[in-house]
Amino acid sequence: MSAKNKKGSHAAASIRTAQSLSSERDLRSVIEAVLRLAKKTHAEEAEVHVEEVDDSLTRFANNAIHQNVAERGVTVSVRTILDGRTARATTNRLDEDSLRGAIDASLTLAQSQPEDAHLLPVPGQQRYRAVSRFVKASAAVTPEHRARAVRRACDLAIRNGQVAAGIFATGQSQTAMGNSRGLFAAYRETHAEFSITMQESAATSWAKANSADVRAFDPQKLAARASEKAHRAVDVVELAPARYTVILEPAAVLDLVGFLFYDFAATALADKRSCLNNRMGKPLFGNNISISDDVYHPLQLGANFDGEGMPRGRVLLVDRGVPRNLVYSRRSAKATRKKPTGHGFALPNEYGEAPMNLVFAGGTSSLDEMIASTDRGLLVTRLWYIREVDPYEKIMTGMTRDGLFLVEKGKVTSGVRNFRFNQSLLEMLRNVELLGPAVRATGEEAFEMVVPAMRVRDFHFSEVTKF
Amino acid sequence: MWELATHSLDIARLRGASYADVRVMHLRQRDLTTKNGEVGTLAQSESIGLGIRVLANGAWGFASTDQLTSDGVAACAARAVAIAKASALAKRGEVTLAPEQSFVDSWVSPCRKDPFEIPLETQLALLLAADAEMHRVKGVTLTETDMQFRKIDSWFASSIGSRIHQRKFISGCGMAATSFQGQEIQKRSYPNSFGGQHSLQGYELIESLDLLKNAPMIAEEAAALHSAAQCPEKTGTLILGGSQLGLQIHESVGHPIELDRVLGEEANFAGTSFLTLDQLNQLRYGSDIVNVVADARLEHGPGLGSFAYDDEGVPAQCTDIIKDGQFRGYLSNRETAHLIGLQHSSGTMRTESWNRLPIIRMTNISLLPGSWSVDHLIADTDDGILMDTNRSWSIDDRRYQFQFSTEIGWEIKGGKKTRMLKNPSYSGITTEFWNSCDAICSREHWTLWGTPNCGKGQPMQTMGTGHGAAPARFRNIRIGSAFSNQ
Repeated sequence: MSAKNKKGSHAAASIRTAQSLSSERDLRSVIEAVLRLAKKTHAEEAEVHVEEVDDSLTRFANNAIHQNVAERGVTVSVRTILDGRTARATTNRLDEDSLRGAIDASLTLAQSQPEDAHLLPVPGQQRYRAVSRFVKASAAVTPEHRARAVRRACDLAIRNGQVAAGIFATGQSQTAMGNSRGLFAAYRETHAEFSITMQESAATSWAKANSADVRAFDPQKLAARASEKAHRAVDVVELAPARYTVILEPAAVLDLVGFLFYDFAATALADKRSCLNNRMGKPLFGNNISISDDVYHPLQLGANFDGEGMPRGRVLLVDRGVPRNLVYSRRSAKATRKKPTGHGFALPNEYGEAPMNLVFAGGTSSLDEMIASTDRGLLVTRLWYIREVDPYEKIMTGMTRDGLFLVEKGKVTSGVRNFRFNQSLLEMLRNVELLGPAVRATGEEAFEMVVPAMRVRDFHFSEVTKF
Repeated sequence: MWELATHSLDIARLRGASYADVRVMHLRQRDLTTKNGEVGTLAQSESIGLGIRVLANGAWGFASTDQLTSDGVAACAARAVAIAKASALAKRGEVTLAPEQSFVDSWVSPCRKDPFEIPLETQLALLLAADAEMHRVKGVTLTETDMQFRKIDSWFASSIGSRIHQRKFISGCGMAATSFQGQEIQKRSYPNSFGGQHSLQGYELIESLDLLKNAPMIAEEAAALHSAAQCPEKTGTLILGGSQLGLQIHESVGHPIELDRVLGEEANFAGTSFLTLDQLNQLRYGSDIVNVVADARLEHGPGLGSFAYDDEGVPAQCTDIIKDGQFRGYLSNRETAHLIGLQHSSGTMRTESWNRLPIIRMTNISLLPGSWSVDHLIADTDDGILMDTNRSWSIDDRRYQFQFSTEIGWEIKGGKKTRMLKNPSYSGITTEFWNSCDAICSREHWTLWGTPNCGKGQPMQTMGTGHGAAPARFRNIRIGSAFSNQ
């Protein structure tokens, strides 16, 4: 075994025994070791990704913890390039034989296919704008810390004659990548999330928060909010399906508009599966709608580089209702003579790229002001099981869930039996009457974004369910 | 592997666990896709590790690790016990488990052709040829194909003495043609949408699908849908193709019968169920001809829900879910079986990987075949719509109200399949829907469909489930509501 191979083996061993996240130096050592191994093969170029996670999640239901889990793991992924062909192999075994096996597997895969005339060489060194998203307080949370917070939330439910269910999750993760042209990029973050559903009789409501900093939210306040809303939802009326003015809380906005993200990929337009085909540069939404992709926004999480190691750029996607720009991987940028925006997925893939850090421009109306200024409408806490019915008109279907309320003459007057909606997102974003301040929202159907609450006219509910 | 598993169990016991089970799993996967005649994804992965679940102080803890050394698994077991003791800070009662035998066994799923031994060139050549067959059809603007293969070894050991090794081969394959014209995107897929057909088989599954024969047909249909009539909005007779009915079973039978969901354990995420415990043996779920089983045994077929033992060490079983229209059973585990009067678990605990906790999961939830031929069913239908291949699916969080749309529909008039319909959809309430079923096709039209992407649990787990179905007819169904008032 050569000295270099010994060094590579040692680097892999150091990462395997770590009890917290490995250092950036360790990750760099692993990447360099794999690149050295790849150099001894007939691969012309190589790219290495290392991912490490240390996550814990405490889950509760019926006012008690019923699941409580933790995971640690490291994966190494290798992409090789040979004769205009590329492929990827991934392993979580970090011994030298396994890493060499992954390199060989990627080469075998690569050689099995026809030459790709559009394949690009790996990019060289890049410069990255720094982001700081690792909070020691989040990394230090213990199972006992989570259990005590859950206990307090459950005690509140019991005091209020309710049943609580939810999660309290904390963790840390990091990713690093490097390639045979000297590119190296690394990113680490912490994450914390608390989500709770309170049930009273047949009524439920819900609250959730997510941040890099566990101190950014108070589980007790979230529990109290869900509890208060569940109580208000006990008395329900059944309304006829129709078009209603709706006040969508940020989580409901997020889970709907999240389905637009891939439409802004240049590859999606080239494939003619984006709703923006033939619509770029033309008024599509209301002039109060502006959308950016901005990984550097203070409420965002996520790495400052993409799957090829390109620095993520800030892109103005929609300017006052007009779709202006798309995001590009290196490949789609070359095909359309644009500059890469740093939104490519790890190669090889057929989807190209996507904006992953959407930020909507907000307004100044608080939720209370939206309610107070609404003569008759529905307040929507959360949406559920959203699916695309029509990809070009962007008609989405789904259900309201965990707190649908009737607003009459500026006040919340009762709960409402849940509706199914069939609603075009394009139409919805033309019908936005009021916008709240943009906040970091978290739901269950889309990844986290920065979005405002919205009041929307003529939102289409098509059917009603039994509760 | 057994040494590591046993060592982790020993450490858990020494640290105070009253019960423990452990899974060492080695997962291998290969993914191939094409798009518009070019290779898209070409990737292979492997993952190996250990996950241990323990009961300590009457509460659960789970930890996982990829450090498969004596020290690594010992630390993992100790962590699981510490987590369980933290869980006990917020417990309301003691966890008790239904009795179960210990088993020492080894099992390999049937696989005539190991897909990892088939040359990659052969696999890619088939996909590229199918892609080309679709792409040459005028009006098609996007063509996609995919293959996925998995080989999963799991070594299960528990503190009651079980030692079970299982090896599964899973294969999947599909293709789709999309057409964008004017203001409309239309798509057709084969043999099913969202990745095609998946089953517990080897490469023989791929060879049985005859991609090249079917590629031109779906491509032509995708282009033709633009000039088809819009599916009308009405209440009427609906005939569902087998794959769409498989998803209907998944959403409106499979999920509501998960006992963890019924008991509120998924209330914050996947939802609950209208099938409260008082409904067992009382609810008329469907019409007299509706018979649904949860069958994980291999004799049911090579489904994604087939195995020899679940991930709690319980043997595969067949459970009546709906018998002659009556609701008869739930999916249970060792912790919940007693709540529905069972002495033993029904064997439905499954985990995605070594780093995930086993949870109650669908196995193969299948509608048993009836006696009709498809030709006879259509001839017997005076006025109806046949819908095939799912396009979208959605159901409320208690599993009452659903809406599905499909890629294609066909008008049935006077016992004959007539014109093509685009944008078909239907909706309804679960029990009303199943009670409106008046005809189910026979065994020769029955397929055990695979749903490879069922999401549940936190952290999210993706699981494959099986759904046997033959085309069936339903009366007085709301049709076309997805596009109403748009």
